[in-house]
Formats: sequence, C-alpha cells, structure tokens
Amino acid sequence: MTDSLRGTIWLKHAVTISIAFIMLYPVLWMVGSSFKPGYMIFSEIGLWPGQWVWSNYSSGWTGIQGQPFPLFLGNSLLVSAGAVLGNVISCSMAAYAFARLRFRFKAVAFALMLVTIMLPHHVTLIPQYILFNQLNWINSFLPLIAPKWLATDAFFIFLIVQFIRGLPRELDEAATIDGCGPVQIYWRIIIPLSVPALITTTIFTFLWTWDDFFSQLIYLSDVAKFTVPLGLRLFLDSSSQSDWGPMFAMSVLSLVPCFVIFIVCQKYFVEGIATSGLKG
Amino acid sequence: MDHSQAVSAEPAPLAKKRTRIRANRQQGWAALLFLSPWLVGLVLLTLGPMAASLYLSLTDYSVLEAPSWLGLANYKELFVDDKLFLKSLQVTFTYVFVSVPLKLIFALAVALLLNKGMRGLGIYRTVYYIPSLLGGSIAIAMLWRKMLGGDGLVNQVLLKLGIHAPDWVANPKYAIYSIVMLSVWQFGSSMIIFLSGLKQISGDYYEASSVDGAGKIRQFVSITLPILTPVIFFNLVMQVITSFQSFTQAFVISNGTGGPLNSTLMYSLYLYKKGFAFFQMGYASAMAWVLLALIGLFTFLVFRSSRAWVHYEDGGR
Repeated sequence: MTDSLRGTIWLKHAVTISIAFIMLYPVLWMVGSSFKPGYMIFSEIGLWPGQWVWSNYSSGWTGIQGQPFPLFLGNSLLVSAGAVLGNVISCSMAAYAFARLRFRFKAVAFALMLVTIMLPHHVTLIPQYILFNQLNWINSFLPLIAPKWLATDAFFIFLIVQFIRGLPRELDEAATIDGCGPVQIYWRIIIPLSVPALITTTIFTFLWTWDDFFSQLIYLSDVAKFTVPLGLRLFLDSSSQSDWGPMFAMSVLSLVPCFVIFIVCQKYFVEGIATSGLKG
Repeated sequence: MDHSQAVSAEPAPLAKKRTRIRANRQQGWAALLFLSPWLVGLVLLTLGPMAASLYLSLTDYSVLEAPSWLGLANYKELFVDDKLFLKSLQVTFTYVFVSVPLKLIFALAVALLLNKGMRGLGIYRTVYYIPSLLGGSIAIAMLWRKMLGGDGLVNQVLLKLGIHAPDWVANPKYAIYSIVMLSVWQFGSSMIIFLSGLKQISGDYYEASSVDGAGKIRQFVSITLPILTPVIFFNLVMQVITSFQSFTQAFVISNGTGGPLNSTLMYSLYLYKKGFAFFQMGYASAMAWVLLALIGLFTFLVFRSSRAWVHYEDGGR
C-alpha cells in the first residue's frame, strides 16, 4: 500500500468520524446534561458533567402533575405490547392468505392492500375518531390497539408476504400430502419459518407505537392514561429553566428501550430497511 | 348418478379436477378465515371512514350536532378565503422541497463515503442510523427546541465564537428551517437503502471504465449515478409521501401553535387544529382530501418524470 493511499484512507476515517461526532453531539449533550445540576445545563456546552448529580432522574421519576413517571412508562408498554401482538397475528394471517392460498378476487384484494399502505391516515382520521367516540373508547387504549388487530398497518402484510414468497413451496405440498390443512400449514410451517419477518414486524411496530404522538394526543386526555410522549410533553409545558434537568433525564430514559432494541436486533434493522424501505 | 358414469368413462382427469375444485373451495374458505381481520379493518377502518370523510367534507360538522350539508363550500373556503390554509401550504411546500432533496443528497454522499470496503463500515452505519432511530420521538423534538432556543446549545457555541445569534425557533424567518434541519439530520434510513443499492453494482464496471481511462468523477456520473437512479427514485417517492404528512416535530417545536406567526404551521398541524381544537370536523375532512390529492399529484409527477431519468438495467420491464 502506498503512502498516499494510506493517507486518503486515514482522511476518510477522520471525515467519517467527525461528521458522526457532530451529528450525535446533541444526543450526547442531552445525556450529559441529564446528569448536570440545573444551573450548569445552560452554561456548559461540554459533554462531561463538571459535577455529577442524580437528582434530575429522581425528581423526573416522581413525575409531573401528580402522576409518577413509571405510570407513563407502564401505559406506553401496555399500548406497545397490544399493538405488537395485534400486528404480528393479524398481518401474518393476511400475509399467509395472500402469499399461499388461492381465492377469488385475490388480485383485487392485494392491489387494495398495497394502495392502503400509501394512503395518508388523515382521510380516515375523523370518521375513525367519531366511530371510537360512539363506542365510548375515547380516553382508553383501545383506539390505539384495536386497529392493529385488524391489520390496518398493511405495510407489514406486504413485508411478510415478500418473506413467505421466498419460502420453498415444497414444504406446503409435503404437508398437504401428510394431511395438513391450511390452518396447520400456517401454524406449523409458515409461522416458524417466518420468524425473521415477524421479528422485523415486532421491532418496527414497537418503535412506531412507542414514538407515536399524534394518535395518543387525540385519543388520550386524562393524565393518568398518558403515555411516555404525552408525559414528556408536560415537562415542556412547565418550561421554567429549572425543569430542563428532569425533562432531559426522562427523555433519555424514554430513548433507552429503542436504543437497546436497536443494538440487540441490528441485523433485522438493516435487512428490514434495505429490503423493503422501512422508514426508521 | 351421472357423474359416476363420467368418472368411469374418463377416470383420471376428472377425478383430479374434482379434487382440485375441492381443494380450491377449501382454500377459498381458509383464505376468508385468514383475511377476516384485515377485511373487517378494511371495511370498518379504511373504506367506510374514507366514504364518511368524503361526505363530511361536504358538510358543516362539529360532533355535537348532526352534519349540515354545505356542498363544495368547505373547498371553496379553503382555496379562496382561508389565508391560514394558504400559509400552511406554503410552509409545507418549503419543508418538503428543501428537506427532501437535502436529505437525499446527504444520505447519498455519506453512503458513497462509507462504500467500497471501508473498515468499520458496520459501526459507522450503526452510528449514522441513530438519528433516524431516535428522531421521530418527542424527546428529540423537545431537545431540538431547547437546543435552538435563545440560550440553547447552538447559540452558546456561537457565542464562544463571538456571534450573537437570534432565538432560532422563535424567529419566523428561521423556525421552519430548524424543523428542516431536524428532518435532514435523520438521513440514516435513506443512507442504508443507498448503501444496499451501491453494493449491487458490479465491480467489473469500474474496472472496465478505469482501463478505458475514466476518472472517479466520470465513473460516478456515468456508472454509479445511472445504476442508482431506481434507488433514488424509491427514496424520493417515500420521502415526499411522508414529508407531506409530517406533524410531531412542528407540533413540539412550536408547542402546538404553528408559530411564531404561523411560520411552522405545517399542513397536518393546521388540520389537527381545525379538527381537534376547533372541532370543525367537516372542514378538517375537506383538508384531508386536499392533502390526499396533493400527495397523489406529486407522486404522479415523480412517477411521470421517472421515465426521463430513472434507468433500469433490465430495460424497465
């Protein structure tokens, strides 16, 4: 390797690392600030706290407007778990039918499904709200969970269909000869083999539900029902500077689950995005 | 009795056909079973509400009273009388047409930098994806608001350099660009799609062209870019569709107001205010249909233009 070539490689690494550092600086600064005493947050632009305190975490944890922060975490977990289960079950069922079964109007149904992926949710928003209002579901978690059990996130149907199409059909045929019906083929063959696609579905459903702000904002009004995004926003409302610390502390805490999932399941992220254009 | 004769006359094909018919019928019922959650959702939560929202868009409806018929008055008001609506269109267009190209250029530039067997690619890819991972959250939007505020991180850094800067999020001239910046910052997922596109390009092309004396820039313009056009096209369509619907960031950065002076009143935010703050549900429904038409129009234009610039290696089959 010539010197000049080695030089360009080092330069490339230096540029890449510098851009990454500048990009991540705000996030790192927030993490650092969550350990700084309130008065230092505005005066320090460095990452490393000159003085370490835990008080931001303890005061954030005790909550806001009379509700403890763990309550928001619990609510978010409940909604996310319900959404994940719903999406995995209902989308894999529909995907199996589209990928493997023969039925009338299949082409039409499949095209409809694809169109709904692109549909902006605004055109169904208001009648959905009226419907849930009539069912007396406003201010409950049902409007956030029930639609997932009806496979409204058609994107994941498409994702799983693509995956199932890649599985060898011979397995289905062998199972049919052994006397398995469609239900058994779905349960014993397709589901176990589709685990990677189901994990991708799980990860992205969790993240999108965890970060979802719009639906939680319109459907939840009682602070005791608030999820993490709504709870965090309360910190922003009381925008006196002394509250920055607890706000940053709880913000950091709210990002931890996403970050952990990302580190553990990296492979699925990269594959999911690269093969189907999932937005992160 | 007829068909038992037929079976004996022509045993093999007909029996086979009959089992196939039975199998098909069984599959039809199974398909109905497996599709039933989706079908219920399609009718109750998608098609039904779409029809209802189209109807409501032609009425005056406030939830408390029954809808009263207006005809096209909502649409007329939107385009003729509602200054705020036109403002929100202008804000949204600024956001879409500035943030989408910048984001794609940035994503492509970094993907090119990382491509070609660079050591530590996996780690860099991970690090660059982090903003996309976290960026949709309310926590990051709140951080952004604080960071670009009058005494926020950005201005403290500028102050150290001797520059007195304005409060970026409170200034109507700059507020929308703080949201654009937040969007461009999340270029990671587009970058990953570009990286996987770059990986598909065979090294032979580059070898052959460098034998022919092509330089790096020439190679980029004549090989990389044309082969990558389908990926650019895909990213462009996805980003345009999602950018038109952006809500959370503008909501948090303006604290739900769309201010200062409506400079961050994105389309979705205005729709939310009309529907859920003022309970003008009919008007908000009309806005939703206009949004659908706008997204449809721009997607169509991108598709239409693709004939001129998207290059498919298999000749566009």
